[in-house]
Amino acid sequence: MEHIELFFKSIFIDNMVFATFLGMCSYLAVSKKVSTAVGLGAAVIFVLLVTVPLNWLLDQYILQPGALGRWLGEDYASFDLSFLSFIMFIATIATMVQLVEIVVEKFSPSLYNSLGIFLPLIAVNCAILGGSLFMQSREIPTLGLATVYGIGSGIGWFLAILAIAAIREKIRYSNVPPALRGLGITFITTGLMAIGFMSFGGMLTGGDDAGKKEEKTAVLEQENKPVEVATVTSIPTEEKKELLNTNKVNE
Amino acid sequence: MGLLSKKDAALIKDPLADNNPITIQVLGICSALAITAQLKASIVMTISVIFVLGVGNVVISLIRNIIPSKIRIIVQLTVVAALVIIVDQVLKAFSYQLSKELGAFIGLIITNCIIMGRFEAFALGNGPWKSFLDGVGNALGYGIILIIVGFFRELLGSGTLLGFKVLGDPIAKTGLYAFGYENNGFMLLAPMALIVVGVLIWVQRSRNKALIEDH
Repeated sequence: MEHIELFFKSIFIDNMVFATFLGMCSYLAVSKKVSTAVGLGAAVIFVLLVTVPLNWLLDQYILQPGALGRWLGEDYASFDLSFLSFIMFIATIATMVQLVEIVVEKFSPSLYNSLGIFLPLIAVNCAILGGSLFMQSREIPTLGLATVYGIGSGIGWFLAILAIAAIREKIRYSNVPPALRGLGITFITTGLMAIGFMSFGGMLTGGDDAGKKEEKTAVLEQENKPVEVATVTSIPTEEKKELLNTNKVNE
Repeated sequence: MGLLSKKDAALIKDPLADNNPITIQVLGICSALAITAQLKASIVMTISVIFVLGVGNVVISLIRNIIPSKIRIIVQLTVVAALVIIVDQVLKAFSYQLSKELGAFIGLIITNCIIMGRFEAFALGNGPWKSFLDGVGNALGYGIILIIVGFFRELLGSGTLLGFKVLGDPIAKTGLYAFGYENNGFMLLAPMALIVVGVLIWVQRSRNKALIEDH
């Protein structure tokens, strides 16, 4: 149950793109065509699926304060290597990305060519490192949950890039103000989609999670008072529905 | 110009407007959006990125001739990760509260695309002094957007700037609030950051038609 809950939570509520803005660079740069977006999205799912559990193991058995003591004996129990976590995580990720690159080049040269420079850049896709860092800061308890969290976040990212790529393919036929064309309108569309995704916040707890929601948004927004959080839920329902529909259609 | 030749000055000036990393090169968006709910966090982030990008560019530029090109990404990531660990530890030591608030996002400087982008595009092909200027210039261009977005989001969202209540007290109904003004809590939430940046891009491209994209 816990696994299913975390799975859906990481896809919809804590969506990498819409809730935490991770992986925005490649999200914006590779979303011009649906086919490339699918390729990159699949690569991200795979890399997250592998790196999050790997980094979980690293975190549990090497990096956490006292972790070395668990399997090397009492002498090492006082070691605290947590300051090394950035460098360890990124090394794991860079290695895995290199591996994915080799595999994709071997089995799907066309995908390899269309992804071009962006494949090596998955290593610097914040969504990947973000997955590991959030896994660490949220203190996910078991390896199974870490795997679920990795794949869930990957699917969330995949859905997001797929949706925006579809919208951008259609928006080409619309009469957008010249100065907003391209990047500007993509930003604003993403903002509106993010508002739509916020309505998933009530999905797991039946809508009564003002407290939980505050906890989530308050990490960076300490000044955010409960009164203001209440305004989140008071977006006109019609608008919300409309946005939801747009999302669904495009997914 | 004394200290800087014209070319060197351009390295700093260009990224501030016409070649801005965020609005034109589309790099480093993630952190620009996530931490801008408060002006203070934006400023700290700017300073951290100036440090990491300035020093990182110099280091990469110094070792550019001995890095094998196949593993250069891993080398670059290691350099950035080491610099970010320094920033993180300094923040934890001197401003623990702020370091808690920024949370994972300091770590995410490692994967800030501006940094890798400048390493790849500039530091690998230029000398240390130029790379330093380029790094600082781009970090400043990034910072300017961060600070503008942070300014508007904090002002309109919580009615404060750097924690000072510039618009009056919303509970005691002083200042602007006496006239029925309300804070727009929506500005503090994630989606508005995207929309504010979108509007900034709109303004910039309306002023400089050369930047307009086809589609």
